[in-house]
Amino acid sequence: MSHVITINKGNLKATAEKGGCGKCQSSCQSACKTSCTVANQKCEAER
Amino acid sequence: MIHKFRQLGYNIVLDTESNAVHVVDDCAYEMLDLISAPMNENMPEVFIMMLNDFSEEQVRETYSELYELWQKGALFCSDDYRRFSDTMVKSPVKSMCLNVAHDCNLRCGYCFAQTGDFGGERCVMSPETGKAAIDFLIKSSENRENLELDFFGGEPLMAWDTVVETVKYARSVEKQHGKHFRFTITTNGILLDDEKIKFINSEMSNCVLSLDGRREVNDKMRPTVNGGSSYDVIVPKFQKVVEERRRANKDYYVRATFTKNNLDFADDIIHLRSLGFTQLSAEPVVADEKEPYALTMDDLPKIFSEYDRLCEYMADENNPRFNFFHFMVDIDQGPCAIKRLRGCGCGNDYVAVEPHGDIYPCHQFVGIENWKMGNVADGTLNEDIRNYFAKTHIYSKNGCSGCWAKFYCSGGCNANAFIYEGDCRTPHIISCEMQKKRLECALALVVNKSMKEYE
Repeated sequence: MSHVITINKGNLKATAEKGGCGKCQSSCQSACKTSCTVANQKCEAER
Repeated sequence: MIHKFRQLGYNIVLDTESNAVHVVDDCAYEMLDLISAPMNENMPEVFIMMLNDFSEEQVRETYSELYELWQKGALFCSDDYRRFSDTMVKSPVKSMCLNVAHDCNLRCGYCFAQTGDFGGERCVMSPETGKAAIDFLIKSSENRENLELDFFGGEPLMAWDTVVETVKYARSVEKQHGKHFRFTITTNGILLDDEKIKFINSEMSNCVLSLDGRREVNDKMRPTVNGGSSYDVIVPKFQKVVEERRRANKDYYVRATFTKNNLDFADDIIHLRSLGFTQLSAEPVVADEKEPYALTMDDLPKIFSEYDRLCEYMADENNPRFNFFHFMVDIDQGPCAIKRLRGCGCGNDYVAVEPHGDIYPCHQFVGIENWKMGNVADGTLNEDIRNYFAKTHIYSKNGCSGCWAKFYCSGGCNANAFIYEGDCRTPHIISCEMQKKRLECALALVVNKSMKEYE
């Protein structure tokens, strides 16, 4: 039987090499304005 | 590094550097306390004795699965990101918070803008300054195409002419410069009318509607200038805004602030949902600990239990559906690692402009003289401050590189760090603790959804 179920394989490292295009939204322009919440931003590189 | 926690009945493991997320059984959960990288192909035999609640077969199988994950880079993944942070340089400015009004028609007790004037005179931005800000942003954005501008305040509807003229001007020049403006507005709603709602819903890609939840909670901290209820004025207007935005498939958030006065803030979120709003946010108040409504370390257990309650409420399919901003996380298609190194872009690709055109690193720095970066009229921008923020990232902030949450909060809010700790590179510990708890809830909701589909 399986003891581990992988929900997300994890590709963060692969995003580093070609990342930083700057097309995505600045996090504070969404809803927070007083806390830094980055991980719920969308990558917009392919738009 | 890994972080493991239990939430919604699942044993969840986040592998920080790969961003892999696993659900594990109790044997694996306990075994993870015993192992670290580099893993040996052969399991240490002592594990059989140390994990004696489980059969030898279970223990060997579990080790084998964890070893396979390690080999794939999905467990105890190495941290290779510092080399990218070492080369961080300033970015083009592409995002702006435009404080069109340093005035407000509410008297919110917790306002970081000191009831709208940011500690100075009450004033509104002229349309000419708004247009100069657009010109500045176009010029400073270099090769960036998507430009963001948030109308903020004080209360931006008090400078409505400037909002309209600034938007129209930007639309008239964006194509010739190869740019696309995305406008947003953050409003308390008092001055909303049909004309403004129509314009906002036509031009603003997102709007943030400030409302703290239950009537008594909202009105205690968000009274009108004469001390009356803002709730009764605002709610019908927000409902109209949202009804139209929903039809047009446009984003919005109803954004609450919670304080020590409503540590049962999950009820405020549930209340906002009962009003028909489905895109919701609740921000912890930013306030000096001496203020009676400020959040302190002693409040954290209650805040954590409230986040747990909200998480469980959202996981229950029998409850009305809604999105909660801080529980939203896209573990597969989220921002790239480079974006995650320094988060909000404050003072680097994001700036705030006050009514006279003075530029600050972000809206929370406005009015702090030492952080003034320039003025949109003459196009100046303090390069020392820009370079400082360009180098302010999770590998230069105190304590961030060893934290499991570093790629989710990206080092947290620089302004909070400065205001509370006196140093942008020393994260505000209460904010960190709340952020980590929210991330656990967010990941648990992702896991819960996946597991329901898996079953």
